[in-house]
Amino acid sequence: MPPIPIATDPKTADPKAAGAKVPGAKAVDPLLSVRDLRVSFRLDEGTVRAVDGVSFDVFPGQVVGIVGESGCGKSVTMKAILQLIDPPGHITAGEILYRKDAAPIDLARLSPRGRLMRDLRGAEIALIPQEPMAAFSPVHTVGAQIIEAIMLHEQVGRGEARARTVELFRDVGISMPESRIDAYSWQLSGGLRQRAMIAMALSCKPRLLIADEPTTAIDVTTQAQILALLRELQRKYDTAIIFITHDLGVIAQMAQYVVVMYLGRIMEEGPVDDIFHAPKHPYTRALLRSIPSLQTTTRTALPVIAGTLPHPFNRPSGCPFHPRCEDIIPDRCAAAVPALHALGPRRAVSCFLHSDAVDPA
Amino acid sequence: MTAPLLDVRGLRKFFPIAKGTFSRVVGHVRAVDDVSFTVQEGETLGLVGESGCGKTTTARCILRAIDPTDGQVLYRMRDGTVVDLAPMRASQLGPLRKEIQMIFQDPFGSLNPRMTLFDNVGEPLLVNGMRRRRERMDRVAELLRLVGLRPEFMHRFPHAFSGGQRQRIGIARALATSPRLVVADEPVSALDVSVQAQVLNLLLELQAKLRLTFLFVAHDLSVVRHICDRVAVMYVGQLVELAPTAAVFSRPLHPYTAALMRAVPVPDPRVSGADGILRGEVPSPASPPSGCYFHPRCVFAQDRCRQEAPALREAAPGHFARCHFAGELELATPLAA
Repeated sequence: MPPIPIATDPKTADPKAAGAKVPGAKAVDPLLSVRDLRVSFRLDEGTVRAVDGVSFDVFPGQVVGIVGESGCGKSVTMKAILQLIDPPGHITAGEILYRKDAAPIDLARLSPRGRLMRDLRGAEIALIPQEPMAAFSPVHTVGAQIIEAIMLHEQVGRGEARARTVELFRDVGISMPESRIDAYSWQLSGGLRQRAMIAMALSCKPRLLIADEPTTAIDVTTQAQILALLRELQRKYDTAIIFITHDLGVIAQMAQYVVVMYLGRIMEEGPVDDIFHAPKHPYTRALLRSIPSLQTTTRTALPVIAGTLPHPFNRPSGCPFHPRCEDIIPDRCAAAVPALHALGPRRAVSCFLHSDAVDPA
Repeated sequence: MTAPLLDVRGLRKFFPIAKGTFSRVVGHVRAVDDVSFTVQEGETLGLVGESGCGKTTTARCILRAIDPTDGQVLYRMRDGTVVDLAPMRASQLGPLRKEIQMIFQDPFGSLNPRMTLFDNVGEPLLVNGMRRRRERMDRVAELLRLVGLRPEFMHRFPHAFSGGQRQRIGIARALATSPRLVVADEPVSALDVSVQAQVLNLLLELQAKLRLTFLFVAHDLSVVRHICDRVAVMYVGQLVELAPTAAVFSRPLHPYTAALMRAVPVPDPRVSGADGILRGEVPSPASPPSGCYFHPRCVFAQDRCRQEAPALREAAPGHFARCHFAGELELATPLAA
């Protein structure tokens, strides 16, 4: 399988988009490189290709947004990085290269229950889940769960771990942290619970944070608080974040670099400004047109994407978006799968309107 | 002007808080506390607020899914007589149920998975006396066509349909009895972005075709702005602002409304919406703060706001706000910028 040519030459990459610290400084290696990742679920009814050839890079200290509708594979990609895919799902191909030290480790080859993967989870790569209510144990205090995580990954005593937890609670804006760490998750409000979850994710100073729809279950004014907090902490700790969401508004406000997914494939990726102001893929363009915003004309018909998301067992042939695409090229789009083609450093699109490259897999 | 189709006056719904062995009532959750508004025929009124603000409870009181504690829900019948739904008994409500219908939030939970589309959509017809199966089939076919589904789907089960299609089925069922007032409780919030626009367009189209009146309960301000003629904003069980949509969004008069709008992330990376984030959390409706319920989070709060509860007053023509200083504050909004 040929390597996918995305940002192969980091020296030419836009320093801002690439997340490099100082322009002109020596090239920064990506912290995480996902290369042609494929994840399948073998079910009685057939095989679902949940992630079908996904490639992207995350540079240190950069916020990468993965956006897509349900079934696009954004959460499965996240689970693959953490090696948390449950059977019948499994990674069938591809690499997930994580640079802990100089030499990259391929997470896709690690045993999900092995020592190395367990050391990485939480300490190097941490997760902020969508439902903090479901993520915390209801029978242990939130403090105890965070203290346990710290003591598991670092050589510290209970007293010090507790002191650090109080400090973390203060960092994430929880008032009265000394008493709140002894609260159970069900005693906290939705906003506080998500703040506690962020404190837990940051407890071991991870270099990569995966936020899976962290504000979807939260009200809009609380969401604004949590997003501001994440931005502030990201700057303070210089953590790289993979931000997974279906909300284009959240993506625009949070990410520097955006990956747009549809039915397990990347439609388009690029710096956030390019995605919102110069989208190349018909899907991205249609998606941006179809959202009502506080600026659009009211009470008129919104431009829509025709049809519905196909069922996972009824995956269209060729480009997965072709049955709903306005710019379909007859005979071409249904016949072959377009490859993700680099248009420039850190800018890629998979569409026959832009390149004739065919995905061989 | 003719009388409004729906006239809600001083609506209250308190839920008792029971404690101890004998379930002694120790207090009340004031879920809906003195809410008044009108809805004209053919209009869409948006009811907006965060979770726990009482918007769904208000909708349920109007539908009489629950019994209001106090207040009137005046409904104008087709012949012009006005009836109060609030004190009615179940037997009296029967004939009125046809006129007021509901579209639910979750298209996966609101359809019976063991019933075909024909049974799901046709049940309200059967209940309302359409006994002949042939007649019901014709009506269900007509309804499915109306919401953009093929009538041949009638004998399939809900599991065969996607979220957007199921929401269309839910809309078809709500329209089965030819209602005049449709209460839509977050009808698009469970849908994907690409499907959300289709359902919003369908609602606008159906309203024009059937002259429907909508009470649209939602938390997404962009959606509300798109579809509603007037907007009512709720906070801790009370209306804090009520005005035509354009007025609310171009010049909100309550600081909460303005903060709510600023909190919506703008889908444009060149526009930063980070400033003016609301501090603190929504207070519990069981023990609301003194004075104005919003004062602990309001940057403009004065001594007066802590002591004296403001009334909902008409600060500009047709524009009501529950704030002592409505019209006097400089409120930044994403649209004014």
